[in-house]
Amino acid sequence: MRAYTFTQPRAVREAVTQAGTDTAFLAGGTTLVDLMKLDVMTPARVVDINRLPLRGIKLDRDGLHIGALERMSDVAADRNVRRDYPMIAQALQLSASAQLRNMASIGGNLLQRTRCGYFRDVSTPCNKREPGTGCAALTGINRTHAILGTSDACVATHPSDLAVALVALGTHVHLVSGRGTRTVPLDGFYALPGSTPDVENVLRPGELITGITVPRSMWAANSVYLKIRDRQSYEFALTSAAVAIEWRGRTIRSARIAAGGVGTKPWRLPAVERALTGRPATPDVFESAVRTAADGARPLPHNGFKPALLRRTLVRALTVLAESR
Amino acid sequence: MNPSDDAGRSGVSRRSVLGGGAAVAVAVPLAAGGAQAAPAAEAASVEPVTVKVTVNGEPVTVRVDPRVTLLDTLREELALTGTKKGCDRGQCGACTVHVDGRRVLSCLTLAVTVDKREVTTIEGLARGDRLHPMQQAFIERDGLQCGFCTPGQVMSAVGMVQEGHARSDDEIRERMSGNICRCGCYPSIVAAISDAQKVMR
Repeated sequence: MRAYTFTQPRAVREAVTQAGTDTAFLAGGTTLVDLMKLDVMTPARVVDINRLPLRGIKLDRDGLHIGALERMSDVAADRNVRRDYPMIAQALQLSASAQLRNMASIGGNLLQRTRCGYFRDVSTPCNKREPGTGCAALTGINRTHAILGTSDACVATHPSDLAVALVALGTHVHLVSGRGTRTVPLDGFYALPGSTPDVENVLRPGELITGITVPRSMWAANSVYLKIRDRQSYEFALTSAAVAIEWRGRTIRSARIAAGGVGTKPWRLPAVERALTGRPATPDVFESAVRTAADGARPLPHNGFKPALLRRTLVRALTVLAESR
Repeated sequence: MNPSDDAGRSGVSRRSVLGGGAAVAVAVPLAAGGAQAAPAAEAASVEPVTVKVTVNGEPVTVRVDPRVTLLDTLREELALTGTKKGCDRGQCGACTVHVDGRRVLSCLTLAVTVDKREVTTIEGLARGDRLHPMQQAFIERDGLQCGFCTPGQVMSAVGMVQEGHARSDDEIRERMSGNICRCGCYPSIVAAISDAQKVMR
């Protein structure tokens, strides 16, 4: 691992003052320490933020507020989260392993780096890791890669389950830097790779996530996160569906839907949401509503199964949710 | 004769040969990555950090390079080699220890972040000669073959039971999925945990 300067500030202001270009914030360390060992991330400065007061899981009339340093396992076990935002608890519970969930923070999860094997292997070209070197995944083994939001420069899948559920629920991210605080929608927080896949989000150098707010809604309590993967546990998604529905009797009044495992960022599906609005919860309606889910997809040589698997994942999530009503 | 008989008779175990257990305070900063250390000139430019940590009930002070993991500190500085280095990438669970009572991966934990915290390793589980119920159950149920993953399996299993999530075999399998056993002892591991959680309650 390369040398870095290391600090452990106790105040947020102190932390963002110490941070700048070439700085990595250390929270749970499950991504950062791994990628520093692999020489994929080589920050000149590491700022340990674990002593900052960025904790708390609070429910109020605006919604659910989660401090950036809350750990995945604690949020998954929170009674309010499980009752009012079940898809968040499920997405967390289906992520990683128990040990990693005990370590990894919510802020860090949103910044989790892709599991693309070429990104993680410094001996291969990767435009995300080293801009301009090319993309080894395009002609390499790309079974787990993205089909939506890809570009000729990058096809890396966004790895987070949590972010998929949070994007479906219209979550906002709170940020702080030396220039002050700002709040951005999580959907807009993430950037598509385009010709600059090294730019993954709107964070400025040294800017820090302090927490998130998931708005109160009529649909979050009726929600499910379904994850399809090669192993039953401890594996990233091939496809996943975060589905929340507001019911009026047997009719879908409105739906919020996002997909994981398929996009270069958590993939909201507004067309599917619209196709379900005002319709009865029947198998025919589900089948027809998800027809457009993979529109615009660019399957790669090894992941041609993903568009169909995505549609089936969505239908099953909708069915599970309708049956549990 | 098995190795523990040998150790008992001679009064020498691998651990005591290696240097004395958790109470020893070591002042030599360990370069990050253990054997695959950074070049010496680069390592020397990093300022060591003093860490006061309780390991298996004993207060310990170590000076560590801020790049060094808890795993390497336990094994190389404190001679607590029960915690195993498997993948060293957070994927296999062999390095599982408890920090402040929670099961975590010591290979992805920087030693500098456990200052003023309590670490428990596999060496801290038994009470004298009396094995922890989980260790005993792994022996009785043959929950191991080569044994390399076992310290991590046991620490993870104890953590899971303390979290209150070992009520069914399905739940045990799901919540133990972060501990890989390449000998494939999974059925016996599940049986051992199922036995032990009844005793631990």
